[in-house]
Amino acid sequence: MKKVSLLAVLIIGALVSLFPFYWAAIGATNTSGSMFSKPPTLIPGSMLMENIRNLDESIGISRVMFNSLFIATTYTILALFICTMAAYAFAKFQFPGRNVIFTIFLLSMMVPYHATIIPLFKMMAALNWLNTYQAVILPNLAYPFAIFLMRQNLLAFPTSLIEAARIDGAGEWKIFFRIVLPSMKPALAATAIFLFLYQWNSFLWPLIALSTTDMYTFPVALSTLFGLSRIDYGQVMAGVTIATIPIIIFFLLLQRQFISGMLGSAVK
Amino acid sequence: MRSKTLVPYMFVAPAVILFSIFMAYPIIYSFILSFQSGQGSNMEFTGLDNFARLFSDDIFITALKNTFILLIIQVPIMIFLALIIANLLNSALLKFKGVFRVSFFLPAVTSLVAYSIIFSIMLMNDGVVNQFITAIGLDSIPWLSDPFWAKASLIIAMTWRWVGYNMVIFLAGLQNIPDELYEAASMDGASKIRQFFSITIPNLKPVILFTVILSTIGTLQLFDEPFVLTKGGPSDATLTIGMYLYQTGFRFFDFGYASTIAYVIVILIAIMTFIQFKVTGDQE
Repeated sequence: MKKVSLLAVLIIGALVSLFPFYWAAIGATNTSGSMFSKPPTLIPGSMLMENIRNLDESIGISRVMFNSLFIATTYTILALFICTMAAYAFAKFQFPGRNVIFTIFLLSMMVPYHATIIPLFKMMAALNWLNTYQAVILPNLAYPFAIFLMRQNLLAFPTSLIEAARIDGAGEWKIFFRIVLPSMKPALAATAIFLFLYQWNSFLWPLIALSTTDMYTFPVALSTLFGLSRIDYGQVMAGVTIATIPIIIFFLLLQRQFISGMLGSAVK
Repeated sequence: MRSKTLVPYMFVAPAVILFSIFMAYPIIYSFILSFQSGQGSNMEFTGLDNFARLFSDDIFITALKNTFILLIIQVPIMIFLALIIANLLNSALLKFKGVFRVSFFLPAVTSLVAYSIIFSIMLMNDGVVNQFITAIGLDSIPWLSDPFWAKASLIIAMTWRWVGYNMVIFLAGLQNIPDELYEAASMDGASKIRQFFSITIPNLKPVILFTVILSTIGTLQLFDEPFVLTKGGPSDATLTIGMYLYQTGFRFFDFGYASTIAYVIVILIAIMTFIQFKVTGDQE
């Protein structure tokens, strides 16, 4: 009996959690007005292709998709590399200034992103970099949370292995790339997913830094679509669905690493 | 030997250089800007004028109030729900744990813009939520056009997005609580609810503090959801400090005053974090 009610509560909760996704997908396949019809339309319609065509006319799907993918992928690779290197130094070396630098990184996590955007905007304007990919990619490459996450994981790497490699005459870079990194794959994967999602979903800075439709990322393009005075809801829902599906697939494929990565960050 | 001592600096250098240019420098520069006034590049030092202006700025006071109302109501609801769901999911009886965990977590991976749009469409006057409400015989609710309900809409949307995220953090914490504690409590005849309040919550205290601090920082910076879902309205009822900062900086290009507002957020986060550490620290 208890088990049944427990299950019922969880099923209702899960339905509430999943319904908006379902609703967006249904909306993407129906006409703009059907989202407000009585009774509500709860089954797929036949408008998907037309909605996608309209959306493509409004925002250029392939272009914004490319922008988002390019920015998020480049960012993830560079940030993962930079943050892991720093994390390795913090975890495995004693050097003057180590604690000070690490503390500054940690403290900066408390500073809201908002406190940096105006100087960043001025800086990018002075460099003539507004509305470029690098304006979006560069600012958060040294992401303190990723450094923290990788450091926690690297602390567990046996120092004796590094020392043994040094005695064998291996150079520091070789040790890092050939010995340390290969054994950190799960942690690297978790951090990579984290960085990718962060950049893929990021909105405020791209909204400020990007100004023409051909440079927009998906979230920025969607928000402009939704700000119009006459909104085509079918088209908007198609956009929302297209922006969400890759992330859900990405997440479902890698959810084990992702959740374990998050767990690692919370407990340590 | 000299090269040896340089090794760790080689590894931290890229991060330190990028951090200094794109993080440390802007943080400091924005602090200096917060004492300046003017348009574009014609800035002049005006001391504490901007900070004085805050107190007589009704829109800022409204934004501050709104942000705190959201913070005080949304964070406890969300944390409590996440605790309960984590606790239910952790129960040994349950099958399909993985399916439920993924279902609850899925909202946390969606883009803030995308989910805000979905909620905005669902909550419109003749939207699907009101249709369900009227179908069960209740009056439809003016979700986005009434000041009270607009705040409620934001709270509901944010709770939907973040409960799963916090739940996963709690699930990790729950695994560190020894089973013997629950077994002993069961033998003493303590009910599940009693066990939740006298074993689970006290043992999770550090993890709860961690999530409360993260959520507080997030809420004080809130921007995407009100920007898309309610556009700050109706009549500024959901205008947040983050949104006001954006408007001041990038609609009116008043960089000095916008930086002052940014620093208000910095100060508030520092104070709230300090209080939260104090409150939980003293009880240990």
